[in-house]
Amino acid sequence: MSTMNQKITEELRQKARQLLESGQVAAFLGYTSGSVPMVMRPFVARNPEDADRLEWNSFCVLNLANYLPALLKSFEPPRRPNEPPPEGPLPKVGVVATGCWSRNMVVQVQENQVQRERLVIVGVSSRGMVDKKKVLRIIENRDVNSVDEQDNTLVVKGPGFEEEINRWDVVRDNCKTCIHPDPVIFDDMIGELHGDRQIPDRFRQVEEVEALSPEDRWKWFTSEIESCIRCYACRNACPLCYCPTCFVDDSRPQWVGKSIEPVDTAIFHILRAYHCAGRCTDCGSCESACPMGIRMRILTKKLQKDVLELYGAEAGMSIQEPLPLTTYKKDDPQDFILTESLKGEKK
Amino acid sequence: MNDTTIKKGEWEPKIIAFLCNWCSYAGADLAGVSRYQYPPSLRIVRVPCSGRVSANMIIDALRSGADGVLVSGCHPGDCHYISGNYYARRRFAILKKFLEFVGIEPDRVNFSWISASEGEQFAQVATEVTERVKKLGPARHLVKEF
Repeated sequence: MSTMNQKITEELRQKARQLLESGQVAAFLGYTSGSVPMVMRPFVARNPEDADRLEWNSFCVLNLANYLPALLKSFEPPRRPNEPPPEGPLPKVGVVATGCWSRNMVVQVQENQVQRERLVIVGVSSRGMVDKKKVLRIIENRDVNSVDEQDNTLVVKGPGFEEEINRWDVVRDNCKTCIHPDPVIFDDMIGELHGDRQIPDRFRQVEEVEALSPEDRWKWFTSEIESCIRCYACRNACPLCYCPTCFVDDSRPQWVGKSIEPVDTAIFHILRAYHCAGRCTDCGSCESACPMGIRMRILTKKLQKDVLELYGAEAGMSIQEPLPLTTYKKDDPQDFILTESLKGEKK
Repeated sequence: MNDTTIKKGEWEPKIIAFLCNWCSYAGADLAGVSRYQYPPSLRIVRVPCSGRVSANMIIDALRSGADGVLVSGCHPGDCHYISGNYYARRRFAILKKFLEFVGIEPDRVNFSWISASEGEQFAQVATEVTERVKKLGPARHLVKEF
């Protein structure tokens, strides 16, 4: 096992145990290993003994912020929809957070889905999580019995083979282009902060598509989502998706057809991505959850790029700053407005 | 003024226009009262504010067979609800770029500011949008056959 992961795991267990024993938190949200190699299981430790089951490695791909609203709610006394919350402090929940997860928690706080004072965030600076699909591609989809993670390599073992893979080669695309690996809010920290990374071409995937002609872009888009089976795993894995009734489930009006007809799938992906505009932190949960290997992250990355270029803002960087699409400036660019561009032509 | 009579057999686009109740809808009304000619391709949906128009509604229009969409609201600073159109402006800027990104022609979805006193401008915008959509031909990409 990687020494770094071991250190983080031990520290995490110790901190979680301490929080649970002292009664500061009612539960601690982290990861434990599952029964399948390369798949980690989100795990809620509810008593100090449970804390020893927490684990940390490069396969913690799902965003833990996703589970927070429901977990916090489970510790509130039941009440009617419009009934105010009970007075006095409610039980807290501890959670481990990397850069993007913590940014999603900021978004959730801003959108009133979780309360900051009810979270005890244990920060970990992320080294990038591994894309299981990339590993499987390298070993040509053979069966895997175990994966042993070293500091910079993965040793993949299966029936009749053993292969060593460079860890960075199989890190997820979003982690490779991530510039904020450090948590932005935390109460306690494991390891050190690493500071922002410099990646000049972090929007390369988006720019490649932008360079195509409109017709080719449509072809790229439809072929990318062609295999979609509309399982909504991307939506369920997304910490931004918490509406009680999702737009895909609405029947009056029915925004999206429920079939896997190409048009319905296209509209689903357009609207799903658009819902994340100015909120997405590029955590990559959607892509990691997708059973078909669709790279829907390129869509949200494009939105992220536009929001950054037009409004100079990134989601979840600070609790004080409002989300880019929930605020405005009087002089926001508006050359796309027809009456403004016609005015320009006349001049 | 352009010749706006429909020639026999010529394809006329269907354009859904979401007009805000306070400015653009009144502007369209004024265009009619002042007898400005504009193409009969617009189907007007009155909405309380341009901020009411969501991406869902725009895409639903295209899905249901509209060849183009026009969303129009009050000029910045003139919103009846103070700031509805400012929020809308951010959303539409992102949406327009995003639709372009996935291969929808940029001229299918249009946005404009028209005040209640701008009847002539409304006729101009309606003509301009119709011409642009005509040039593109019938919508193909997001249309669902029911």
